[in-house]
Amino acid sequence: MSLYEQIGGDAAVNAAVDIFYRKVLKDARINRFFTGVDMDRQAAKQKSFLTMAFGGPNNYSGLDMRRGHAHLVAQGLNDSHFDAVVENLGATLKELGVADALIAQVAAIAETTRNDVLGK
Amino acid sequence: MPRITYEGIGYACDPGQTVLDCLTAQGIAVPSSCRTGVCQSCLMRALGGSVPEVAQAGLKPTLVAQGYFKACSCVPAEDLRVALPDAAGLKLAASVVSIEPLNPDIVAVRLRPERPLDYRAGQFIRLYRDAQQSRCYSLASVPHLEEDILEIHVRQIPGGKVSSWVHGQLRAGDAVEIADSAGQCFYVPGDPEQPLLLLGTGSGLAPLYGILRDALSQGHRGPVRLYHGSASPAGLYRTEQLQVIAATHPHFQYVPCISAGAVPSGMRQGNVLEAALADQPDMTSWRVFLCGHPDMVQEARLQVFLAGAASADIHADPFIPSGAPIAHQP
Ligand SMILES: Cc1cc2nc3c(=O)[nH]c(=O)nc-3n(C[C@H](O)[C@H](O)[C@H](O)COP(=O)(O)OP(=O)(O)OC[C@H]3O[C@@H](n4cnc5c(N)ncnc54)[C@H](O)[C@@H]3O)c2cc1C
Ligand code: HEM
Ligand code: FES
Repeated sequence: MSLYEQIGGDAAVNAAVDIFYRKVLKDARINRFFTGVDMDRQAAKQKSFLTMAFGGPNNYSGLDMRRGHAHLVAQGLNDSHFDAVVENLGATLKELGVADALIAQVAAIAETTRNDVLGK
Repeated sequence: MPRITYEGIGYACDPGQTVLDCLTAQGIAVPSSCRTGVCQSCLMRALGGSVPEVAQAGLKPTLVAQGYFKACSCVPAEDLRVALPDAAGLKLAASVVSIEPLNPDIVAVRLRPERPLDYRAGQFIRLYRDAQQSRCYSLASVPHLEEDILEIHVRQIPGGKVSSWVHGQLRAGDAVEIADSAGQCFYVPGDPEQPLLLLGTGSGLAPLYGILRDALSQGHRGPVRLYHGSASPAGLYRTEQLQVIAATHPHFQYVPCISAGAVPSGMRQGNVLEAALADQPDMTSWRVFLCGHPDMVQEARLQVFLAGAASADIHADPFIPSGAPIAHQP
């Protein structure tokens, strides 16, 4: 069974979206990157993000990640913000009762995107 | 680069460009208003090729089945053959039954459509001043309570093309054209115990007045709270009717909020959103309806979400003003 299936697939993503997005918006370290973005559109993007981080089906290339976050890098997005997002992701999964071993695998997937997201 | 064929002529659509922008840049007059996918002023029909899903988001299944899509939200992925809708298919005639002031800035317009409209309280119709100019107005009427009468509340915007026409020229007995109902901000039965928060400013009361009476008449049993905000008491309206509903429905609470100047007894001082969140700091499990000024709606949506409301339970109707006129007549 894939990681995505073990976490619970699309249903898990749907359960995680609100919890994760609320954490991010309340996190003073990173919420400035998310203000002014339309909430409906943002929710769809959070779904894409979570599906990708859970190892689910997605069509994003490294180049897409680079382009998608370039405007944030220009606003100062750096490693500390990346770590904060991964931390919120882990806390969300913990709240949903996902096993630590699976959370570690999710963090490892997120890690593979670090250089692209940060434009390094 | 996808090509868009309109009346037999093909136009190249730049990457990322919408069908609306592509055609209007060629001088084709496609009506539009909000340009953000809300108002459905820019509907076109795809006669060939398929449009991305977002271009049909929020359309009725009957419209989707006929290939209607929102030109302002359609960035085509493939070649399309499109047409402006046969006006007769979307519009219907209505007569003005009455126009009655609700407060110094807002009138209630009651309309009788030529055939009954299939709608939900809280949805909106478009009212046409002429073929090119239409605006969205939310329905304060409830289908099973006000049988074939539609009621809208129109606030006068200084210099506003359609609202000034409604306030200055439209009279009882006049014939007008409207377009079918649309919008996702309405009550659905199924969870009669869920607490409901209805929050609006100005003419944002119109859809809430419909949603409130719809929910109560369908037997909603959970707490229902309506917060209506205005700068001064003169900006409130339907206060007596709302007080009567509150007196006869103990689970309904009406909270008028005044944000500036003296506050009469029985009303709250301050901003509607702050008042609602002070009373309900934990919005977990609430269903929320937000209507009125776009900035207020956007802020309220964020704050009630942070206070715990699930995003699927937040229904919002921002009264987005129409964009700058961009259609050049050929
Ligand atoms: C889904 C939806 C539902 C709506 N429901 C209602 C409703 O129930 N009742 C209602 O009165 N309106 C409602 N509106 C707003 C309405 O559609 C028009 O935008 C409004 O009546 C102004 O149109 P107009 O032709 O008079 O002004 P326009 O000629 O379009 O605008 C004239 C000028 O006024 C500005 N302007 C427009 N609106 C405002 C505003 N609110 N405050 C300050 N400046 C403004 C414009 O930017 C422009 O510069 C709704 C809008 C949407 C999208
Ligand atoms: C952990 C690795 C990350 C992954 C896998 C990831 C993935 C994604 C994806 C898939 C999208 C949607 C793109 C689209 O469909 O348009 C997105 C958008 C976004 N991401 Fe990330 N992201 C990551 C880290 C971050 C970080 C660290 C931040 C900021 C603190 C961030 C902020 C945003 C914002 C604001 C958007 C929306 C951009 C817009 O307005 O279009 N992301 N991300
Ligand atoms: S939906 Fe396209 S202009 Fe409003």
